[in-house]
Amino acid sequence: MEWFHSVQQWFLSVQDKFYMAFIEGDRWKLYFKGLGVTLEVSLLAAVLGVVIGTILAFMKLSMRKSGKPTLLARIAGIYIDIIRGTPSVLQLLIMWFVVLKSWRSGVLVAGITFGMNSGAYVAEIVRAGILAVDKGQTEAGRSLGLNQVETMRYIVIPQAFKNILPPLGNEFIVLVKETAIVGYVALSDLTRVASQISTKTYEAFMPLIGAAVIYFIITKILSILLGILERRLRKSDNR
Amino acid sequence: MIIVKDLHKKFAGNHVLRGVNYHVHQGEKIVVVGPSGSGKSTFLRCLNLLETPTSGEIWFDGQRINDKNVNINQVRRHMGMVFQNFNLFNNLTIMDNITLAPVKLKIMKEEEAKEKALQLLARVGLTEKADAYPSSLSGGQKQRIAIVRSLAMSPKVMLFDEPTSALDPEMVGEVLEVMKELAETGMTMVVVTHEMGFAREVGTKVLFMDEGIIMEENTPSEFFSNPKSPRLQEFLSKVL
Ligand SMILES: Nc1ncnc2c1ncn2[C@@H]1O[C@H](COP(=O)(O)OP(=O)(O)OP(=O)(O)O)[C@@H](O)[C@H]1O
Ligand SMILES: [Mg+2]
Repeated sequence: MEWFHSVQQWFLSVQDKFYMAFIEGDRWKLYFKGLGVTLEVSLLAAVLGVVIGTILAFMKLSMRKSGKPTLLARIAGIYIDIIRGTPSVLQLLIMWFVVLKSWRSGVLVAGITFGMNSGAYVAEIVRAGILAVDKGQTEAGRSLGLNQVETMRYIVIPQAFKNILPPLGNEFIVLVKETAIVGYVALSDLTRVASQISTKTYEAFMPLIGAAVIYFIITKILSILLGILERRLRKSDNR
Repeated sequence: MIIVKDLHKKFAGNHVLRGVNYHVHQGEKIVVVGPSGSGKSTFLRCLNLLETPTSGEIWFDGQRINDKNVNINQVRRHMGMVFQNFNLFNNLTIMDNITLAPVKLKIMKEEEAKEKALQLLARVGLTEKADAYPSSLSGGQKQRIAIVRSLAMSPKVMLFDEPTSALDPEMVGEVLEVMKELAETGMTMVVVTHEMGFAREVGTKVLFMDEGIIMEENTPSEFFSNPKSPRLQEFLSKVL
């Protein structure tokens, strides 16, 4: 009966740890607050990322008649290179301690930082999505007398949208996980909450696994929603 | 109606058009033939400035159009173009494909444009496809729609770049038939094609392009029965 006893012990200790990690002092509320911060930062960053990314994409697509890139295209290229070539933790620290030093809201600073970061990646997604639309579509539009903007608006962008949406959704999912470093600027997001609780209770396993599970559920829900949206789009394509 | 003066086009050192001169008159049906890579498409695309000439002049309706001060979008409204690959707008229904430009460019009210589209669709026998999307159409149907889409703008001239080359053989006829009917209405047409039968039957002039110039030009009967340059003789012996 030795083994039975040790299994029983193990279960009791798990129960104990679970109690400490989630129940005691209503700690579970902290996780949800943390999740709230995570989602707030992610959402702000996603919206900003799409806006910045779209602007950057069109900057980068701009060409002179000679086929050479414009000044705007170069600026966008440099921006994208810098963002992609430096760690996002450092970008965050630089924004928090240097550029937006006087700002009080960590959520805002983190959201802006991740938005600027995500924008660089979104720019490439949007650009690729637009370039993937057959050149003949543009030529047909232009040959009818539509100008470049009209051709983009009525013909190219609606088609590019279908190319852009799936990778854009992925980018958002990545973003949710990427924000796990906002603890560096004293934000109590899901990851930081979990790590604080594990410090407090001298018990790392439960809080960290708990946080991981929550991230997993959120990203899973997002990817399921994305899948549904994609299928809808494809259906409207199935003419 | 279209005057081309000493037209040159280079692509990054590749000198494709080497001094093309031509005058297309109202109501003419100019058929352009020639070996692959001779610059036929480039020539045609220079006419509505889808390609920018490296040098030379393009005149349309008494106006020099390769000029900085000319609004090319305005000019293109009057020049229809039909492509080898149809290039119907994949995101729009057939009806919207046809009415998009006239409506967005405020040439017609939506109702008016729709009515005109239906008339044109009836002319090519595709009325029932108005609400379909391009991907559900056969190649021949797509090309007929593409012609209709251009006609909806009431162009003064229609440019065709190998309109039947991407089609299965059994669909070539239906497209050529539409083009013939169009020719009969008096439309000015410039047609790049490999369909020698069409050139003979519909063309008022046939041009032979080779090495970036118009090497020979003649009426269809003379062109085919009495080719002068050895290059054309060789070309005809291959294609006929
Ligand atoms: N956008 C472009 N950039 C670079 N080179 C080009 C471009 N378009 C055409 N060319 C080159 O110009 C030459 C003539 O091309 P063009 O398409 O006018 O020939 P074509 O007579 O229409 O031939 P085909 O019968 O095969 O359609 C070819 O050598 C082609 O590679
Ligand atoms: Mg060609």
